[in-house]
Amino acid sequence: MFAFAYAMVPIYDVFCEITGFNGTTGRVDTEQQYTVDEQRKIEVSFFAMTMGGFPVQFGPKVRSMMVVPGKFYTASYIAKNNTGKTVIGQAIPSVAPTDAALHFKKLECFCFNRQAFKPHEEVEMTLRFVVEPELDKRIKDISLSYNFFKLDS
Amino acid sequence: MTTATTTSHDDHHHGPEKGLMRWVKTTNHKDIGSLYMWFAFIMLLVGGAFAMGIRAELLQPGLQLMEPQFFNQLTTMHGLIMVFGAIMPAFVGLGNWLIPMMVGAPDMALPRMNNWSFWILPFAGGILLSTFFMEGGAPAFGWTFYAPLSTTFAPDSTDFFIFAVHLLGFSSIMGAINIIATVLNMRAPEMKLMDMPLFVWTWLITSFLLIGAMPVLAGAVTMMLTDRNFGTAFFDATGGGDPVLFQHIFWFFGHPEVYIMILPAFGVISHIIPTFARKPLFGYSSMVYATAAIAFLSYIVWAHHMFLTGMPVAAELYFMYATMLISVPTGVKVFNWISTMWRGSMTFEAPMLWAISFVFLFTIGGFSGLMLGIAPADIQYHDTYFVVAHFHYVLVTGALWSIIAATFYWLPKWTGRMYNEGLAKVHFWWAVVSVNVLFFPQHFLGLAGMPRRIPDYSLQFADFNLISSIGGFAFGASFILLTYIVIDCIRNGKPTTARPWEGAKGLEWTLEPKAQYHSFNTPPSRKLIEAESQNS
Repeated sequence: MFAFAYAMVPIYDVFCEITGFNGTTGRVDTEQQYTVDEQRKIEVSFFAMTMGGFPVQFGPKVRSMMVVPGKFYTASYIAKNNTGKTVIGQAIPSVAPTDAALHFKKLECFCFNRQAFKPHEEVEMTLRFVVEPELDKRIKDISLSYNFFKLDS
Repeated sequence: MTTATTTSHDDHHHGPEKGLMRWVKTTNHKDIGSLYMWFAFIMLLVGGAFAMGIRAELLQPGLQLMEPQFFNQLTTMHGLIMVFGAIMPAFVGLGNWLIPMMVGAPDMALPRMNNWSFWILPFAGGILLSTFFMEGGAPAFGWTFYAPLSTTFAPDSTDFFIFAVHLLGFSSIMGAINIIATVLNMRAPEMKLMDMPLFVWTWLITSFLLIGAMPVLAGAVTMMLTDRNFGTAFFDATGGGDPVLFQHIFWFFGHPEVYIMILPAFGVISHIIPTFARKPLFGYSSMVYATAAIAFLSYIVWAHHMFLTGMPVAAELYFMYATMLISVPTGVKVFNWISTMWRGSMTFEAPMLWAISFVFLFTIGGFSGLMLGIAPADIQYHDTYFVVAHFHYVLVTGALWSIIAATFYWLPKWTGRMYNEGLAKVHFWWAVVSVNVLFFPQHFLGLAGMPRRIPDYSLQFADFNLISSIGGFAFGASFILLTYIVIDCIRNGKPTTARPWEGAKGLEWTLEPKAQYHSFNTPPSRKLIEAESQNS
């Protein structure tokens, strides 16, 4: 059972990926084709947080956008390093409601890698995403939030 | 086999050693049982003292007595000491004392390991308590030690806490192995599994829960340790870990843990109620199956502690329904106890009073648990005083009640003397009234939205908190009387007979009035086992 406690770590990762448990978002590798229903609209809202005195101003460029499921969209976040030092951080995404997480897929995202912010630099970071048409019809709003953590060196 | 002599004597050849070394070196299950019980009692008083500090601070709104940081240390240590220092060792102590006598064995199967598993405990408890005197103070993140509070933001003493939890885990696992080995290998050859008394059955099942759950806890604290000191990131989102994973691992241990603390209590109550109702236990085999069913279900409901972590609706529904399912076998037990009492020739000696109030008050705790298990309602109840009221009803008026009931019930067998019945009744009524004054108003506080683990509260909560604190001080004081009654019984109690309760069944009552130091050197006969069986 001691080993089981450790086995829960990869099991949990796989479980979250398959089910979208805990707001884990999915990935796609190419801009694949979906059947698109132009009438259906979903509002995606963007949120930003920083953790533990992260010295970079960080926020979405637009607060929300209307999207059609099955189409790919690009959204961006603005980050400004207010310090005179290079800061390295990692963004952790989360999607709510959790039932939507499974069908929120990202093609590319600044959260896939750690980001370095040069002194007093302002950067625009992008993500490209799609909401799959398989999303539950009852869901009309999706919130995507990023939490930036500071990494040492 | 039955001897009604009033003089107790030790075995001629293997009496206990003289002096202090008897207790250090002992391998005797009765000695070790007593050590466990006394250790648990001292820890109960220590944890109780912390609770008095908490209630004193909450007597009035505002901060009067202590810094919030120290208040948090008190709530954390109160929980840890009561769970790992008082309730669990007390049940292991009862198991040590009673199981060999109940299955007709001369001793535990692994007596040297038994000695070791006890003597780890004072050191583990000492390490845990010593954190109060360290820089940064004791752990202050609640007994559930959620990451990242317990990893990134915890005081240095947390590493000592982790080591103490490891030691406590070792001790519990060894105790569980010992009990399984005793029950399966040392049982009288003529005793079938379905002849076993329910206390033995519940402890056998509890042992499997311990062996399943404690290593998971050890895994969780080991991950904490490496996260804190060796640069791993199990619970750290920046390194690809997840703090919510901690809650999954913790509650995968934590939920079986709460049944570890209540199943032996069910066993105790299943002995006391038939005795004083003078009727055989109603539904013996359904009791056994219900215990096993509860143990199984306890492993698949853990996330009902985590409804607010953001789970998909399907998961919330599953954990809600699985949780509700536990009320079925638990209900079987409660109805069996009531059916046992139905039309019985009941008398109300102290153990029976404790047992009946257990059934009543534990059921209240069970019902508030059902309310908490409703996922949409839990959004309101989560982390409020309603939760505090709930688990104190199941752990204080459940687990602790059964331990006190067991102490009064078997004290004559342990000491050969009878306690003062009048004083014991006074103590019972004192405790049962004050404990309700203490915990019942906390339901209302929680429903009104008072959060737990906060040293201050807004003014509308003042009246109920005042009532609760007064009840708390009265309940705390009742333990002074309990201490007196037990010591008075050991020193001055009237000598008793081998079977002081006329309705009592069980092999332990066939021993001498004060159970001899070595009992059942020859296994009991089939006839005797049948005569003393609960399953008849």
